[in-house]
Amino acid sequence: MDIHEYQAKELLSGFGVLVPPGGVAYSPEQAVYVATELGGWHWAIKAQIHAGGRGKAGGIKLCRTYAEVAAAAKAMLGSTLITHQTGPGGKVVHRLYVEKAEPYVRAMYLGFVLDRKIERIRIIASAEGGVEIEEIAQSRPRSLLQQQVDPAVGLQAFQARELAFGMGLNIKQVSQAVTTIMGCYRAFRDLDATMVEINPLVVTKDDRVLALDAKMSFDDNAMFRRPKVTEMRDAAEEDPRETQAAEFGLNYVGLTGDIGCIINGAGLAMATMDMIKHAGGEPANFLDVGGGASPERVAAAFNLVLSDRNVKAILVNIFAGINRCDWVAQGVVQAAKDLAVPLVVRLAGTNVEEGRRIIAECGLPIISAETLAEAAHKAVAAARGEEVK
Amino acid sequence: MSILIDETTRVIVQGFTGDKATFHAKEMIAYGTRVVGGVTPGKGGQRHLDRPVFHTVKDAVTATGAEASLVFVPPPYAADALMEAADAGLRLVCIISDGIPSQDMMRVKRYLRRYPREKRTTIVGPNCAGIISAGKAMLGIMPRHIYIRGNVGVVSRSGTLGYEAGAQMKALGIGITTSVGIGGDPINGSSFLDHLMLFEQDPETKAVVMIGEIGGPQESEAAKWVKDNMTKPVVGYVAGLTAPKGRRMGHAGAIISAEGDSAAEKAEIMKSYGLYVAPSAAELGSTVGRALAKAG
Repeated sequence: MDIHEYQAKELLSGFGVLVPPGGVAYSPEQAVYVATELGGWHWAIKAQIHAGGRGKAGGIKLCRTYAEVAAAAKAMLGSTLITHQTGPGGKVVHRLYVEKAEPYVRAMYLGFVLDRKIERIRIIASAEGGVEIEEIAQSRPRSLLQQQVDPAVGLQAFQARELAFGMGLNIKQVSQAVTTIMGCYRAFRDLDATMVEINPLVVTKDDRVLALDAKMSFDDNAMFRRPKVTEMRDAAEEDPRETQAAEFGLNYVGLTGDIGCIINGAGLAMATMDMIKHAGGEPANFLDVGGGASPERVAAAFNLVLSDRNVKAILVNIFAGINRCDWVAQGVVQAAKDLAVPLVVRLAGTNVEEGRRIIAECGLPIISAETLAEAAHKAVAAARGEEVK
Repeated sequence: MSILIDETTRVIVQGFTGDKATFHAKEMIAYGTRVVGGVTPGKGGQRHLDRPVFHTVKDAVTATGAEASLVFVPPPYAADALMEAADAGLRLVCIISDGIPSQDMMRVKRYLRRYPREKRTTIVGPNCAGIISAGKAMLGIMPRHIYIRGNVGVVSRSGTLGYEAGAQMKALGIGITTSVGIGGDPINGSSFLDHLMLFEQDPETKAVVMIGEIGGPQESEAAKWVKDNMTKPVVGYVAGLTAPKGRRMGHAGAIISAEGDSAAEKAEIMKSYGLYVAPSAAELGSTVGRALAKAG
């Protein structure tokens, strides 16, 4: 789960990380009001979307007057930002963050990730910030500073000091940077984050160390114990079909092809999509119906897949372990009663004979397949409008 | 032979009296698994499925001599159950539960290092289908009828793709020694590599199938080890060729976020290290057949 920059800053400041003062705005009037409240004479107007690369895409504007604030807010709100992280469709801007602009003398990078390889939290820092960490890693890999956190004892102050001195900070700045690094780490640990990124982390003229931008991602599996973070979920940033899927305990990811997929198990779902591609077609979605594919869940799965107008055929592939094929088959038959597109069903595993019998005897034009390959080929042919038996 | 479990392995079930645990414990017993009892804190002293229930894993181990456990505990309590099992000295713990926070698994893995390597518990899972040694014992939730006894080892991230491999092989008359599901989470109790090492040492296993998916460095690390150390043929497959970058495909760990995470890259690495790469999931069985023929 991702959150907005202003939410990340709110959370991090609770852990002692210094951030510039700012406020959220949903309209140009609110933006001006926030700027007035903040005072000063420079403000940054920042589009709040769940993607990086906003600066280059016109999602961050520096304003010097209230009129400029109003104009920038008006231009940004409702507009679609396309950055290298949003995908070609871009993201619509619904919220702005108005921040007191802080002139700075240095920009650095600070990132925390849950590293799968070492199975620990890894901290990456660089004396150069403001650009993508991938760019720094490629062009100047030696400038990257790293620390690993032993989960038994947590991050130690000396590790934060090594990073801070490594970034070339003076003694006054180092103690602030250590507070920032320790604060980010505690936020990461205590809020079940999977990523915290401060880019840039800046030094102001008066030696303050500030998080000018902040990004946080969280472990979905841990959100049951993080209600405060869960409340920060912004449904407008998510594909409504994915949100709907989650309500039924389904896992859905929309794609661009025309063959709708309903499969149990994430691995089998990916492999079936690959088979469709192999057979010359394109999958319209990833959908894992999970372990207990009850008739209600199967019906919800059909609704979801059909809500994608591009779908020209549906492929159901169930390898029943905990599931029983006969139970799944009953759900499929019910859901397929008024279906307008061809349906290919492949069942395997527990009670497969009974499941296939239910499909064969239901009187609906359901296309049966015994193997994964057969199912994929039939679905591709059916999506092309060919006659399939 | 087989790896991890056989018909002599004494097994307990953690979270024994729950509905799912009861259902699967019955299946395991029916398959011939030596289930000697279970643990549900607060229900010690009772009997369930004609077997004793204990408050703690230590009590269960003392009374039954259990060496392995199957964990059916809800995600918030899973890490605790795993550490309890490790501390009670179980050799093997298989955890089916899905949805365990990554930082909990991180702490569990760190906790295991308290014990010297030879005494350290092997954790299989979480978010997996379990372990089956064909014709001997099952520590998991797989449909047991799709496997026949033979000489191929299977290790898979995905449960259902592991079934797919087992069923395809059965259709070709190829059986398995043991099939292990390592699970779809970002941090696994044990890795492809851990199980490849065991299969390499198992005299009955003649070939191994390794079924991976997008995300993480495990498949590539294992493939390199195969090239350097393994004498038996290994068939590889990686699901997720059509998965877009940065999107989580169901499994918490199935996401392309770094270089080397994609299915195409992993399959290419497997090939370069001399594995037999199945061109699609429909050809898992036939590729195993080819590998076995070549191995003689």
